[in-house]
Amino acid sequence: MACGIAAELAEQVARALADAAGTETLRAVEDGAFPEAAWTALDGLGLAGALVPEDAGGAGLGFQDIVPVLEALGRAGAPVPLAEGIGASALLAAAGIAPPGGVLSFAAAGAPVPWGRHAAHVVLLEGARVALHEAASLRWTQGGNIGREARDTPLVTAPPLAEGSLPNAWGAEAALLLAALIRSAQIAGAMQAALALAVDHANTRKQFGRPIGRFQAVQQQLAVFAAEASAVSVAAAAAARAADARGLAAAAFEIGCAKVTAGEAAAKGAAIAHQVLAAMGITEEHGLHHLTRRLWSWREEGGTERFWAQRIGAMVQSTPGPLWHFITSRDEEPAA
Amino acid sequence: MTGLRFDLRDPPPGAAALRAEVRAFLAEHAPRWSPEVRARSWMGFDRDFTRAVGAKGWIGMCWPREYGGTERSFLERNIVLEEMLAAGAPVGAHWIGDRQSGPLILRLGTEAQRRKFLPRIASGEYAFCIGLSEPDSGSDLASLRTRADKVDGGWRLNGRKIWTTFGHLCDWMIALVRTSPAPEGGSKHQGLSQVLVDLRAPGVTIRPIRDLVGEKGFNEITFDDVLLPEDALVGQEGAGWAQATSELAFERSGPDRYMSAHPLLEAGIEALRGDGAAAGTLGRQVARLWTLRAMSTAVAGMLQEGEDPIRQAALVKDLGNDFEQALPERMRDVMDTDAMPEEMRRMHAYLTQIVPTFSLRGGTREIMRGIIARELGLR
Repeated sequence: MACGIAAELAEQVARALADAAGTETLRAVEDGAFPEAAWTALDGLGLAGALVPEDAGGAGLGFQDIVPVLEALGRAGAPVPLAEGIGASALLAAAGIAPPGGVLSFAAAGAPVPWGRHAAHVVLLEGARVALHEAASLRWTQGGNIGREARDTPLVTAPPLAEGSLPNAWGAEAALLLAALIRSAQIAGAMQAALALAVDHANTRKQFGRPIGRFQAVQQQLAVFAAEASAVSVAAAAAARAADARGLAAAAFEIGCAKVTAGEAAAKGAAIAHQVLAAMGITEEHGLHHLTRRLWSWREEGGTERFWAQRIGAMVQSTPGPLWHFITSRDEEPAA
Repeated sequence: MTGLRFDLRDPPPGAAALRAEVRAFLAEHAPRWSPEVRARSWMGFDRDFTRAVGAKGWIGMCWPREYGGTERSFLERNIVLEEMLAAGAPVGAHWIGDRQSGPLILRLGTEAQRRKFLPRIASGEYAFCIGLSEPDSGSDLASLRTRADKVDGGWRLNGRKIWTTFGHLCDWMIALVRTSPAPEGGSKHQGLSQVLVDLRAPGVTIRPIRDLVGEKGFNEITFDDVLLPEDALVGQEGAGWAQATSELAFERSGPDRYMSAHPLLEAGIEALRGDGAAAGTLGRQVARLWTLRAMSTAVAGMLQEGEDPIRQAALVKDLGNDFEQALPERMRDVMDTDAMPEEMRRMHAYLTQIVPTFSLRGGTREIMRGIIARELGLR
């Protein structure tokens, strides 16, 4: 999927994660610790400003460019709040606010903030209104998802450091759309990693005198898993491409389609991974559950399959003419 | 990580104009198509319509002009295919020639074969079918037993092909046959060749087989000492297996692998406008359709670049077949069949019976998943 700079960045992220963030890191994070070493390594790549325009001091990359980075994060179980930082910085820059350094996250006002307790600053959105808060100035209620990732709800008790408005291209649902896109790409990555674990297990675990991966029943299950993983990866990239071409707000249909695909696939993939790894995959000791619990969690964030399917269904029901005309009308034709 | 890479591509320049042209053409013909015709999709056989498509230059679009093509890109061809399928056009009389037989002849045929067949496929004059399955050879295709033996001036063909779609309506078959015995202890994939068979030649007996819908869709075709000329051979003698399998990425990744039941989805949305309770189910189908289209188009782009994404194609076919096959059931989830408008009900009835074929034709679901499993390193 990735080419050029995008592939290179993803490769750098994957390498940094492999060096600094293994299963031990995920365990510590789930116990409430902040992964200092991994964060330092990842933050050092200077990726937080990936989506920030160059004239605002960022890298000026597009959504599609960062999908491989998000997938790489997903493969590692997203042990650091890098995706959140990339999203929050992009929102701030779009609203004309200079993004601060350090740990940064974002959420719609009233919703839990990913990694909130670890953040130095958080971006809260009320529609298209963007507010940058010092995390310490908010009153936090700690929470978490079943991936045991910090999802903490802030109460605003002090004025923000800065405020601004998103342009129309980002729209009033930017927090939702950005989260949906990020989680879709991370689901693609987590599925790739869980698939790799399942394939490796199938090739090494022997029963009836041969690796269980030699049994067609197991092969066919893993083939379904691989197909679903590919579908999510393509969907996330295609949605990001639409967002690059038309702006985030006008890509709600594509982002929703990607999130439905990702959410449905996450459930199928997790189920197959556990079936193949059997009892071993259920143990705390084996790393699989860090991925599957995140798959189950991420499909809940940025809108569930049910939420987006309802929206997409209503959208096509209320669009006159054939569905096919609606879908093809959204093709991006390059300017002649 | 697997090597299952998909590269997204922009639509070709002029895509919207081409789409509009195809739609205008289809709008002229569509009023004649019954719900059953539209539900048949690319299994609908209509010579007149095919000739009209040929006259527009939309068969063999990517072939050189000297062979009757219009030298359009693979992605432009994809647009025409999508539009035909979306409308439920009866494209069966040229689908196989355009998708498989023509490209094979273009790539591996002799100059004489190209000049004889390609312009006639492109005009809609020649309809092609594919002779693969035999009574004892289905998924284990290489075990086939139909033989072409070298004789003076050509080949003598004996054997039997079965499940040949439209065999009774077509003019030509490209059959995979054995031209020499599999080597002792060697691969049974060796010694197979592809031959052109004139279905009106003496010794060819075609027996239509009624399908479960009550239609004569497929056939058993018996070859009894059929004499084939020397130039019946396509490509290299003995290389038939490699030749036949090298086309699979083209055959398996197109919109015909996820849009076979598309008119039913359109009818469902039309019938359920304003029905909030149905929105979620419809939305899931639309999301899946959108994703499959992105995948299929990515493969089309890779094919255009000269890559051979055979595993990606197997994957698109598997996911696509699952989707199109389930559409009648998903429509039942949101609407009682009795409550469906007449046209939709008839499409639904037809498709309910015929969708099991979607994951059989062109390689079964199990074979597709076996190909993916091999890519994963499991076989």
